[in-house]
Amino acid sequence: MNRTRHAIPKFLLVALFAAGTSPAAEPAASNLRDLYFGEALYQAYQGHFFEALERLDAELAQHRRVDEPQRDSLQYHIGQAEFSVGDFELNYRMHLRAGRAIRAVLEGNVDESVRNEAAFRLARIHFQKGQPDDALEALARIHGKIPEAIRNDIEFLRANVYLALGRPADAVEVLKRLQGAAGLSGFSAYNLAIALLQSGHPADALQQLDKAGQVTGDDPASAAIEDKSNMVLGRLMLQSANFERAQRSFDRVHLEGPYSNQALLSAGWAYASAENYERALVPWNILIQRDVTDSAVQEAKLALPYAYGKLNVYGRAATLYDNALVSFGDELQKVDASIRSIREGKFLKVLVREEIKQDKEWVVRLRTLPDTPETFYLTDLMASHDFQTALQNYLDMEDLHKKLLAWQASFDAFEDIIRLRRANYEPLLPTIDAQFRELDSQIRLRMEQRDNLDKRLQAILIEPRPELLATADERIAQERIRALETALAASTDPRAAALQVRLQRLKGVLTWTLRTEYPQRLTEAHQHLRALNQDVAVLKARYDSFVRTRQAAVHSYEGYDLPISRLRTRVREALTQVDTLVARQGQLIETVAIAELKARGQRLEVYQTQARYAVADSYDRATKTQAGGGF
Amino acid sequence: MSLAIRSFVLGVLICVCVSPGRAEDTYRQQMKGLDEQVQEVKSDVLSIAAELNQLEEKLLYPSNTHLAVFVALAPDETFRLDAVQVQIDGQLAAHYIYSFKELEALQKGGVQRIYTGNVATGQHEIQVSLNGKLASGQDYAHTERVPFDKGIGPKLIGVTLAGPNSGKPAIDVGDWH
Repeated sequence: MNRTRHAIPKFLLVALFAAGTSPAAEPAASNLRDLYFGEALYQAYQGHFFEALERLDAELAQHRRVDEPQRDSLQYHIGQAEFSVGDFELNYRMHLRAGRAIRAVLEGNVDESVRNEAAFRLARIHFQKGQPDDALEALARIHGKIPEAIRNDIEFLRANVYLALGRPADAVEVLKRLQGAAGLSGFSAYNLAIALLQSGHPADALQQLDKAGQVTGDDPASAAIEDKSNMVLGRLMLQSANFERAQRSFDRVHLEGPYSNQALLSAGWAYASAENYERALVPWNILIQRDVTDSAVQEAKLALPYAYGKLNVYGRAATLYDNALVSFGDELQKVDASIRSIREGKFLKVLVREEIKQDKEWVVRLRTLPDTPETFYLTDLMASHDFQTALQNYLDMEDLHKKLLAWQASFDAFEDIIRLRRANYEPLLPTIDAQFRELDSQIRLRMEQRDNLDKRLQAILIEPRPELLATADERIAQERIRALETALAASTDPRAAALQVRLQRLKGVLTWTLRTEYPQRLTEAHQHLRALNQDVAVLKARYDSFVRTRQAAVHSYEGYDLPISRLRTRVREALTQVDTLVARQGQLIETVAIAELKARGQRLEVYQTQARYAVADSYDRATKTQAGGGF
Repeated sequence: MSLAIRSFVLGVLICVCVSPGRAEDTYRQQMKGLDEQVQEVKSDVLSIAAELNQLEEKLLYPSNTHLAVFVALAPDETFRLDAVQVQIDGQLAAHYIYSFKELEALQKGGVQRIYTGNVATGQHEIQVSLNGKLASGQDYAHTERVPFDKGIGPKLIGVTLAGPNSGKPAIDVGDWH
């Protein structure tokens, strides 16, 4: 019974339903407006949260930098992107940073339902970080329109926060309303039982546990919560000496599952406590066939002969104690070998095996690997939250170490590219620049000419001047007429008067032509100017393209020295930090693993001593019974 | 004796459960301390990655020649995408074979950047080929050629793939800004 009393507090932990921690309800391809956001999701869906964060951080930073964010493609998904950053950070175990982006949504000018979802997510982060007061404060910010998909999750979180704050009565009120809520049924039923128990309503709590233990679901999580309810109920019943109900509860636990070994062991103790040793043999006989590294199986190896002893079958009891003794000896050797193996660094090598990381159930799979004896006793430890966090951090640091090394190598490649580009462009550029300067001055001259023409034509439109549209021949003719006029004016020749008349006639013809053809010439001049403009546009495009290419040529090798040097330093410093953390994290993992193995070893030694004593006692009793004509 | 064994076993269990408590607390504190440092380093490395990406983009894919091709699946697509091949101006740019995880990520709405490279400004042609299997087990293959214009800014091309019974083009090549 003592055992039950001590075991219960560990069981009285609330069930946490981790709803919505993965990026959910993302846009379909047809609705997606920002490819880079889609790329971040692509990485996140594969569990590559570093890459997802890298992409989304860059995209959000760019979005915040643009002058008109409303015209940026990320604007269509901005709320979702801010949420996703928080989700990715949580998934990448960056709890300290996770709330930052969500807080930005909460404080931004957003729709009420979006703000409420942000408040919920923030509360969930606070709760996961072990800050229930802050979580409650965030939940208090939820008002008005709440998205239907998270309505129950909000209330479930609120109940858990109340429990964490030691307000079980408030939790009871919330959880009562959640009974039967889709997707939460097992969790809300179990948590209601715990809340009732903590608020001083044991009878209602037991009834509720009974209900929770019969809520069936198809998924492994529902089955686990059902088993957990039955285990807690069974242990409470054992504690209150209600052995029959205890047996019924333990019997309801699935025969395969995380609680099955403990359930079989406890069921045996329930029968034994009711002095029904014959029935106790059934679960314990099943249990001793199971994996011997499990603590429940080891305890059953002593419990089973104890039951046979109670039934006065001392010979069988002695044999089983004997077997247990051998088994404990073997296991102790295994534990010693595991400790040695861990000290040689093999445990950490196993943990970073790539094929194991690919598998979601990799902790379980470790046991199936033939060459990893150091992990046999550590599956329970490795499944614990703290150890998982430490282990994941170790793996993350290993991953960052590889990334940083790759980046360090890439700097050499970058510098090589820059050197080759400089070697290619620098000898070419002076000649190109000289040619360009010559062409540039010609282009400028032509552009000035074009501008003058344009100005003249504009002036003509206001004040018509036909002479300005004279052809070259006409201009020459005009000049010659003017020269002849001057010459004739000074002449005393008697034929001068006749010649002046002819000159006037010629001048009149010229003026006639210029005036009558003026509209046509003006139209043609504008047409020619438009054609010239098209050529100028082509010229300008080529000119701009050349300037851009020329600039790009220089930019392809200039201005990188400082950033590369700065990044080199940052990568080197980060690598040092990562290596230190890998070493410290690895050492801590090894220390914890060795401590766990030592504890298991100590327990085995105690079992061994006890079995050694019991085997002698059983043989003694068997001999006496035989001598007395009994078994 | 039997009762003694049971009491002893239970007693040991209690001792074993209780005694590592202090050690566990110490380890937990150490793990928490390390966890905070790990988070800081992660933050720092992410910022290095951001700076490095900018540098890489500027150095390797300057905006006047930058071309990126993205692949997405049309919503509710059920066909199994095995591979995608991309050619730019007749030259092989990317040939990608999809794992189950990658295909699942595409089906959920993720977008894969299949190619990043450089092309000169002006007219070009992209050819996209897909290979896969339909729910019926039948092979499914399709190829599409589309001209595109590369201006002075970065060029982003989105390729959306769909099955034969979806009523949508098998390969839809779209222009993104």
